[in-house]
Amino acid sequence: MEGDIVEMGKFIGAGLATMGMGGAAIGVGSIVGNYLSGALRNPSAASGQIAMLFIGVAFAEALGIFSFLVALLLMFAV
Amino acid sequence: MSAEAETGGLEFYPMDQFLIKPLFGGDTINWYTPTNVTLWMGIAVLAIILLLVVGTRRRAIVPSRTQSISELAYGLVYSMIEDVTGKEGLKYFPYIMTLFVFILFSNFLGMLPMSFATTSHIAVTVVLAMMVFVSVTLLGFYKHGLKFLGLFWVSSAPLALRPVLALIEIISYFVRPVSHSIRLAGNVMAGHAVIKVFAAFAGNLLIAPLAILGIVAMLGMEVLVSFIQAYVFTILTCVYLKDALHPSH
Repeated sequence: MEGDIVEMGKFIGAGLATMGMGGAAIGVGSIVGNYLSGALRNPSAASGQIAMLFIGVAFAEALGIFSFLVALLLMFAV
Repeated sequence: MSAEAETGGLEFYPMDQFLIKPLFGGDTINWYTPTNVTLWMGIAVLAIILLLVVGTRRRAIVPSRTQSISELAYGLVYSMIEDVTGKEGLKYFPYIMTLFVFILFSNFLGMLPMSFATTSHIAVTVVLAMMVFVSVTLLGFYKHGLKFLGLFWVSSAPLALRPVLALIEIISYFVRPVSHSIRLAGNVMAGHAVIKVFAAFAGNLLIAPLAILGIVAMLGMEVLVSFIQAYVFTILTCVYLKDALHPSH
């Protein structure tokens, strides 16, 4: 049982930060799901919205990546 | 103590692949030291020249394989700029095409075993994103003068809400280069680290087949992510460019 309480806090914090991944997953899933249901209703308009789909996915995913960044900072920078 | 001895067999260092090392020995890294980042960026540029210049040297009506690939890349970026910014954005096509091809090749070359993923470093992607941010902001002020600040003043909202919205818009404007760069670096870094973690599990004979299957699946996923991240970086550049060209809400 070596190590100190700061080390423990780092690991717990990094583990907690991974929960942000769940939020990003919800966001991306919601975007793609809604895109798909819209595309099935009106397939002719679907191909024009691919760019918007990727922009939305990128924005939702960026926030998940931020939580990954927080975990990395806790593990290696703090 | 016994628990440590049991888990001691499985050691993995998923972040070691991102270490920057000088090419010709030594420990100190100055700004002019050739490192593995320099090497793989150079290889990326060489590969781009091979595809886009040498590959299209013998132009033909029925294109060769390399010519049709470069035409695909050209057409993809061209139609992307035209769709998002309209005709006047096409003046900035060379810059956006350069960004797309450079990021795409850096990502794909980083997928090779024993290679180095240059785009996994925030230092690299921050430079790319800050160049976009600074040039787009300067372009907005150059084209529209102080009217460019209308980007932050949402004229379609009720008057009482506008200062609050302006604050939010300003914050989101300055977060742009941060998210723009960290998205690319984070995606590439996370993918490579996950592959290395699976590779460490392959050291245990019992779960090795499962781990190797996982590596193959993750590599396939990573090829997709490499392309999508290059595409997303480029299309976000187009979106920011559109804001500079048409700032009014």
